[in-house]
Amino acid sequence: MSVTTAEGMNEQAYKKESDYILEVKDLKKHFPIKAGFLQKTVGSIKAVDGLSFNVKRGETIGIVGESGCGKSTAGRTLIRLYEPTSGEIIFKGRNIAKMSEGELRRSVRKDIQMIFQDPYASLNPRKTLKAILTEPMITHSLYRPRERMEKLNELLEKVGFNPLFINRYPHEFSGGQRQRIGIARALALNPDLIIADEPVSALDVSIQAQIINLMEDLQEDFRLTYVFISHDLSVVRHISDRVGVMYLGKMMEFASKKDLYEDPLHPYTQALMSAVPVPKKKGVQARERIILKGDLPSPANPPQGCVFHTRCPAATEICSQMVPEYKELKKDHFVACHLY
Amino acid sequence: MSQINMEVSQKDLQLNPNLKSKPDTLTRIFFQKFTKNKLAVIGSIVLFIIIMSAVLAPWIAPYKFEDINLLDKLKPPSKEYWLGTDRYGRDIFTRLLYGGRISLLVGFCSVAGALIIGVSVGAVAGYFGGIVDAILMRLVDIVISIPSIFLLITVVTIFKPSVANLILIFALISWTSTARLVRGEFLSLRTREFVLASKTIGTKSYKIIFSHILPNAMGPIIVSATLLVGSVILSEAALSYLGLGIQPPTPSWGNMLEDAQNYTVMLKAPWYPFFPGLLILLTVLCFNFIGDGLRDALDPKTIE
Ligand SMILES: Nc1ncnc2c1ncn2[C@@H]1O[C@H](COP(=O)(O)OP(=O)(O)O)[C@@H](O)[C@H]1O
Ligand code: SF4
Ligand SMILES: [Mg+2]
Repeated sequence: MSVTTAEGMNEQAYKKESDYILEVKDLKKHFPIKAGFLQKTVGSIKAVDGLSFNVKRGETIGIVGESGCGKSTAGRTLIRLYEPTSGEIIFKGRNIAKMSEGELRRSVRKDIQMIFQDPYASLNPRKTLKAILTEPMITHSLYRPRERMEKLNELLEKVGFNPLFINRYPHEFSGGQRQRIGIARALALNPDLIIADEPVSALDVSIQAQIINLMEDLQEDFRLTYVFISHDLSVVRHISDRVGVMYLGKMMEFASKKDLYEDPLHPYTQALMSAVPVPKKKGVQARERIILKGDLPSPANPPQGCVFHTRCPAATEICSQMVPEYKELKKDHFVACHLY
Repeated sequence: MSQINMEVSQKDLQLNPNLKSKPDTLTRIFFQKFTKNKLAVIGSIVLFIIIMSAVLAPWIAPYKFEDINLLDKLKPPSKEYWLGTDRYGRDIFTRLLYGGRISLLVGFCSVAGALIIGVSVGAVAGYFGGIVDAILMRLVDIVISIPSIFLLITVVTIFKPSVANLILIFALISWTSTARLVRGEFLSLRTREFVLASKTIGTKSYKIIFSHILPNAMGPIIVSATLLVGSVILSEAALSYLGLGIQPPTPSWGNMLEDAQNYTVMLKAPWYPFFPGLLILLTVLCFNFIGDGLRDALDPKTIE
């Protein structure tokens, strides 16, 4: 009895200490454009340019946006595959944005893992599945060598992959099966947070549903938190609790799924939502499709003021001059737009 | 997602892959594809014979390569001298066997040296990129721009053209193509998702380089090394032919060819140059055929 109470108290204390497992504050990632003999920097691609959002323990955050808006870069910077240009990444109360690789390896890598988009490129073709899946355990000296196979079988069962095939190479398996291996690899370290960068975009529609279901089951089993990146609004709607909309490296709107899909505030979100087929319901009117003019500007030379003003149907004078503040209009609903 | 049926039965989740009963190991795929290339297979067999006879020369050769017999000068092929004799009455067959040792030794060792330098430089440049890459690649440009034939001739006239010196020089001028190749492979492999996955796991850089990137770059490296052996053998022959390579009485295919270019020899033993020439041609061809076969068999795209 006493143990349960203590645990309960601990958990509460922990919750109070930080509501959020991850807080991203004004994160920037600029890729230098280099030229010439001495590789001088002549400009930069502002792939992520001031991104802010937060993630609560156990929830799924969806990140949506057109291809090229910086979603993958954001995900890879969050997990410190890329060196952030500036900003903070507060993971479990600690800023990991400037942490050294050694420190990351010791204290963070284990807790944040990634599921990649391309199940063909994300598994080393020269390694057996067993080698691929034990690499995380060996790197972090998890379990005694004898226990590893046991853990591995457990893991494979969880992701629905037949352990019989563990000594084979990735090329024998289909995209969906490989993605299960990719997921198992991410789970091998028992992480808290998983960043999934378009984990189903490369798969057949029927397989997509399986993988999404699997991810949902695993979230419960392993008490995972997801940051789910996708350009597919309906997939994000299915899996997310809260959703952020990115445009040219910035967060345009960040709100609960319900608010965002049913009552989007930002003109860009409104345009995106108008393109999604709405399931027919009584009393809900089909939205008029908003077609955006022009193309996505280059992140090497983003527009002044509001980055969306070149395509925004509601743009006014001020939009091309001042960057709109990203503010919390109501609890947990952030918008960056001069209209509000 | 609304149009997708999210109800997936547990049975669907259990995988039922249509796999072959025996796993396709990478080695098996490699052999299957390599043996499809007939020229490569023939090349391998012929090269194997050439290598074995060079290695076993002391046991196969009917004479000693330096044995002079002035009574039997420039004899045509016969029962006694299978491929005839040269100006000093030395058995040509024997000298070809020993010459093969030199040619192959210089070829393999030079390429081994070139690989060590080239792979290291290319791997560092490609994996770390940036300024390190820029400096190393300028170095490669400089080495490439040195006219190698002049360098060879100069170095060989200054230092004694011993086998060791030749190997060193060939290694020092032929690593650049390997470096460029390896750099390119590393540049593209380091951004591949499986490498990123290892980084997110926390795998250390040296482990990523040696256990993830290098094995995937091995195919092109092996292919280019194979072709390089052929070209070094050819260069060595050319150098020896010019009298700047291996010095007589040690036989090499190149200096035997030079020996055969003598007026009396051409008149009295026109078959002589044919033998070393044929061996050079055959060996280089074998390496090229094998290289082509390896290229197809090791191509990762054709594994998928
Ligand atoms: N490693 C990189 N070096 C330079 N530019 C990059 C790199 N990765 C991405 N970019 C650029 O950053 C922008 C955002 O790319 P990305 O994050 O892949 O977008 P998304 O995942 O939303 O499609 C693109 O313009 C892309 O060309
Ligand atoms: S700030 Fe102006 S341009 Fe930007 S979204 Fe709002 S209305 Fe449109
Ligand atoms: Mg992407």
